[in-house]
Amino acid sequence: MNLIVERERGPLQELETRIATLRERGSGSSGDVAVLEEKYRELLGDLFGNLTPWERVHMARHPKRPISDDYLAGFDQLDELHGDRHFRDDRALVGGFGKLRGRRVVYLAQRKGRDTKENIRRNFGMVSPEGYRKARRLMDLASRFGLPIVTLVDTSGADPGIASEEHAQSEAIAMCLVALSKATVPVVATIIGEGGSGGALAIALADSVIMAENAVYSVASPEGCAAILWGDAARAPEAAERLKLTSNDLLGFGIVDRVVVEPLGGAHRDPAGFVDVVLGAIDQELTALADTAPAALRESRYAKFRRIGAWERAHMTRMATALT
Amino acid sequence: MPMPDWLRRLREKDVPAEDAALWVKCPSCGEMLYRKDLEANLSVCTKCNHHFRMHAYDRINSLVDGDFVEIGDEITPGDPLEWTDKRPYVQKLESDRQKSNLSEAVVTGFATLDGFPVALGVMDFNFRGGTMGTVVGERVTHLLEEARRRKLPCIVFTASGGARMEEGMLALMQMAKTTQAVERFMSDGNPYITVLTDPTTGGVSASFAFQSDVIIAEARASIGFAGRRVIEQTLRQKLPDNFQTAEFLLEKGAVDMVVPRVEIRNTLVRVLDYAVDRKRVAPALKAVPEFALQ
Repeated sequence: MNLIVERERGPLQELETRIATLRERGSGSSGDVAVLEEKYRELLGDLFGNLTPWERVHMARHPKRPISDDYLAGFDQLDELHGDRHFRDDRALVGGFGKLRGRRVVYLAQRKGRDTKENIRRNFGMVSPEGYRKARRLMDLASRFGLPIVTLVDTSGADPGIASEEHAQSEAIAMCLVALSKATVPVVATIIGEGGSGGALAIALADSVIMAENAVYSVASPEGCAAILWGDAARAPEAAERLKLTSNDLLGFGIVDRVVVEPLGGAHRDPAGFVDVVLGAIDQELTALADTAPAALRESRYAKFRRIGAWERAHMTRMATALT
Repeated sequence: MPMPDWLRRLREKDVPAEDAALWVKCPSCGEMLYRKDLEANLSVCTKCNHHFRMHAYDRINSLVDGDFVEIGDEITPGDPLEWTDKRPYVQKLESDRQKSNLSEAVVTGFATLDGFPVALGVMDFNFRGGTMGTVVGERVTHLLEEARRRKLPCIVFTASGGARMEEGMLALMQMAKTTQAVERFMSDGNPYITVLTDPTTGGVSASFAFQSDVIIAEARASIGFAGRRVIEQTLRQKLPDNFQTAEFLLEKGAVDMVVPRVEIRNTLVRVLDYAVDRKRVAPALKAVPEFALQ
C-alpha cells in the first residue's frame, strides 16, 4: 500500500469533501470555505510538509502522480517515431520529434500507465532493449538534425525479463550511454518520478539534469538494496535514508543540476500547474545551452561526469560535508 | 619451449603453508585438486574444466610478457555516504583488503602482450563482489585517458556484481563517467577489447563491458544485466541452467566469441595482431616512458 495514499485518506479526505460540498452550495458560504481551506492547508503541511526519503519514494510512485503523458501533452506538437528498426516498438519508451515552447526538439520519455491495463501495455514503464535501441536511434537522429534532446525519466528500472536478457539489455543500455556521450546537441533530462538505476541513467546522461522535488533517483530500489545488504526487504525505509536518493541530496552531489519544487502534498495536487512549471524549467535549460558550440558542449558534459567521484581528497570531503 | 615468465612466477609464488590449504575441492565435479596444480592450470579444474574465479594479479601474470606497470593504485576508496548496513562500509572495505590482497576491485596499468604494448585493466570479484564504486570508475576512466594519451590499445577484464550500493548514486554515475572515457578513447581510433569473466552483470555490464570493439566472453562465465535471482523472483519461475552463460550469449549474438581461459592470452594476441600494425609497435614502445626500461 502506498504510504502517501494511505495518509491522504481520513481527515484530509473528509475536509476535501466538506469544502467541495460547501462550494457547490454557492456564494453564501465563501467565508466558511476560506476557514476550511486554511485548515486544509495546515493539515497538508502537517501531513506532507516534512517527508522522509522513504515517504518520497512513495510520493514518486503515487498512482495519481503526473506521468510522462501529462508532460508530453504540454508540448506544442508531437510526431512520434516508432520502433528500433530491428524487432519491435517498445511502448515503455516513446520518442520522436516535438515542439516545446516553439522550439524543435527530439523527445524521449519513459512511460508508466494510469491504470492496470495501460501499465501492462507499457510494461509498467520498464524499458526493454528494443526501447533503448529506439532511444539510441533517436539520439543519433537528434545530432544529425541539430535538435536538442529532451528526456523524461520515470521507471522503476530496466525490464528484468528473460527476453530482455536474450536481446542483450546490457548492450542496449551501454550503447544508449555512448549515444548521449557523443551527442553534439544539448541534452536535458528530467527525473519526473522514479529514476531506477541504469535503466534511468540510460536516457539521463545529460548536460542538465532536472529533478522534481519528490522524485527519487537511486542506484537500486530501497527494497532491493535492503534485501541484499541487510538480508531483509523490510529495512527498505532505512535503505532509502542511506541511499541519498532525494532531489536535495543529489543536488548537493552535483548529480542533479536543478530541482523543481512541488506543490505541498505532491505534484498530483496540481498536475497541470506543476507540469507547466517543469516544462518552463526545461525550456530555460535549453535556452541556456542553445548557444554552446557542439565541441564545447561535449567538453563540458565530459567534465561534468568526470568530476563525480573524482579522486581528490578535497572533493571527497566537500561531498561528505554536503550531506551533513 | 622455455617456461613463460608468468607461469614461472606463478610457480615461484611462495604461499606460506599455514596460509593456504594444500587441497581445493572443485565445486563442480567434487575432485580434490592440489592447489599448486590448480594454479599452474590457471585455476581451471584439471578434471572437469570448471573455471575458478581468478585473482586479478594471477590473471595479469597469466597475460603479460614481463613487467606490469600499475597505475591508479593511489586511488583508494573513501566513504562518501558514511554508509552502514550490517557493518560500516569502511569495515567491509578493510576486511576485503585483507581477504583479497587488493586495494580495490580493479587493477589497472601498462604491459606488453607478445610485444604489443597495451593498457590493461582487470577486475576482481574478491573485492566487494567486483562492484563499481567511485574508485573502480575513477581507475577505469584514468586508464582509458592514459591509454588515449599514449595511443595504446586498451583491454579490460570485467568481473562485477554491478554498481556498488554503499556509494549510492555516486556509484551509478561511474557508468556515465566510464562511458564517456570509452567513447573518447574509441573516437580517436584506438582499439578497445573487453573480456567478460564470471560474473559480469549490472552497471559494469551495461557500460564499459559492452561498449568495446571486440567482446570476448570467458567460457562458462555468467553474463547479464539483471541478476539471475532478481529475474527468478520477479517472474516466479526457475530459469534454465544455461541462462546468461557465455555460451548462451554467443548463441543469442551478444558476444563475439567464447574462449576457454587457457586460450585467452593467445586470442588477445591474435586480435591485437589484427587491430595494431606490428610495424608501428616499436615506435609506440619508445613513446611510453613506462616501457623505456625494457
